[in-house]
Formats: sequence, C-alpha cells, structure tokens
Amino acid sequence: MNALVRLPFDKAQHYFIDVIPYSHFLGMRLVEYTEGRIVFDLPYSEKLIGDPETGVMQGGAITTLLDAVCGNAVLTKLRELRRVATLDLRIDYLRPAQAGRTVRAEAECYRVTHHIAFVRATAHDGDPQNLLATAAGTFVVFEDRVAAHAAADEGEAS
Amino acid sequence: MTFREDLEQVRDVDDLLPLLNAIPYARALGFSLVRDGTDVIGRMAFAEHLLGNAEIGALHGGSLGSLLEFTAVCKLLTMSEAVRVPRTVNITVEYLRSAGRMDTFARATVTRHGRRVANVHIIAYQDDPQRPVAAANAHFLLAS
Repeated sequence: MNALVRLPFDKAQHYFIDVIPYSHFLGMRLVEYTEGRIVFDLPYSEKLIGDPETGVMQGGAITTLLDAVCGNAVLTKLRELRRVATLDLRIDYLRPAQAGRTVRAEAECYRVTHHIAFVRATAHDGDPQNLLATAAGTFVVFEDRVAAHAAADEGEAS
Repeated sequence: MTFREDLEQVRDVDDLLPLLNAIPYARALGFSLVRDGTDVIGRMAFAEHLLGNAEIGALHGGSLGSLLEFTAVCKLLTMSEAVRVPRTVNITVEYLRSAGRMDTFARATVTRHGRRVANVHIIAYQDDPQRPVAAANAHFLLAS
C-alpha cells in the first residue's frame, strides 16, 4: 500500500481531487477508496449543464469525472506513488443523467504492470443498477514521482 | 421553441455561436468555434482551472475529452444533413502528448454519416496541427 491509500480520509480529498485544478473546479468529492478501487461524486451544479432548458448535465462533465476516477484508481493500486497519464479512455453513454442529481463514479484498477495500468469504471445518478455510463481505460505509469504526492509521503511520515 | 429545436435549426457557425454561449458547460470550458473556410474548428481558450497537473502545466484529460466531444457535435450540427441534435453513444479518446498552458484547437472529420448513426474522428492540437495532443473516435445517434 502506498502513502495515498494510507492517508486519513480528511486529507485524501486534497491529494486526490483538490490539487487537480479541473477536478476541483467541477466540484468533485471523494467518497471512499481502498487499494485499487475509488469512488467520486460530482454534485450537480450550474456550470455542468449542457442543455440550459432541461438542465441536463453535459456528457463532457461525466467524461471528466470518469477520467479522474480512473486515474486515481491507478494511484491507489501502485506500490509506490508515480506520475500516471491517460493513454486511452473509452466511454459508453447509456443514458443522460437526470437534472439535479449527483453523479457517482466508481473505478477499479484490475491490473497494473511496471509501465501500464488497466482500469474500468461505471457512473450512475442514484441507482447503481441503472447506469449512466461505463468506461474502460489504460494508463501509462511513469518512473518519476510528483511533488504533491511526495508531500503526502512526508506529511504522513511527520 | 425548445433549446434542442433551436439547435436543430442551425445551419452554420453564425447560427450556432449564440446557442453555444447559452450552454453553461461550454462557457466553463472556454469553448468557442473558429470558422475555417467551410469547415469549423473548436477552440478551448486556456485557463488555469482546465489543468489536470498544475506542477507540469498539463491540461486535464477531461477538459481535452470535452473539447473533442463538443467539436464533433458542432461539426455535425453545421452539416446540412443534420436534423436532430446528435447524442453521444460513445467516445474513445487517445492521449498522445502532454497539452500545455495555451489554447487548444480541435478539428472533426465525419467518416460516415448514416441516417441513424454518425462516425466522427476528432484531432486536438495546440501550436502545431501536425503534432496532435489527443485524438478521438466517437459515435453519435442522429435519430430521436
């Protein structure tokens, strides 16, 4: 288990989301995480709207949520924290989200090698049996560490 | 008329721009359109909040994905064949290189425009169109 996974929950929101400008800007919230699995919420807000009349959320907002949750599932799976980047991400949109609902996304990193990590994810807006979208992604795992994560290591050591 | 019906009346960039400005997510993304002859290019104006990694100044995969998807929808709306607002069925985004602190552009090519489904390929680039930062293939449902 790496330093991020061992972080106390109240600090984890900062390292998983708030240091990532666009994730923070859209208002993502960390729900829970264990090794290889993580859950984020995207609470409904005005700036996420794609149809100003119906208030339905834009697909791109859900794309961003799934990208973020997939990348972070990789981070929870790594033995040591490394920088990761999305190689590809496929998203199937099963149906539009209902206006006003929080969208919840859950990702599982089911395989990680020295250089590549494989992830799958789902999103729903209240009923896990009635999915909005599914995603499958691969990520590159780099050799280098990132400063924010190094700070998480140090914060944990002190 | 509903917003969707307004979109269905769109025939060119001039019709589309005021409608885009009414979409909150398009404004959040800094998304607009640039005319290029008869073609249309999507533009995401750089802003710090679009980053995924502030230390190395790299755009978030989600902001790039949103640009690619918006550009594809706009391309379909401005084509004469379009009558319905396209709904995204799926999108596969490939991230090719890190995208830095500058404006990002995207160009969509409709590889097939059927009666029900359109296949679109989209490429995003920054200062050099020959060095794309991301590419995507997407399918859109055209029937209501």
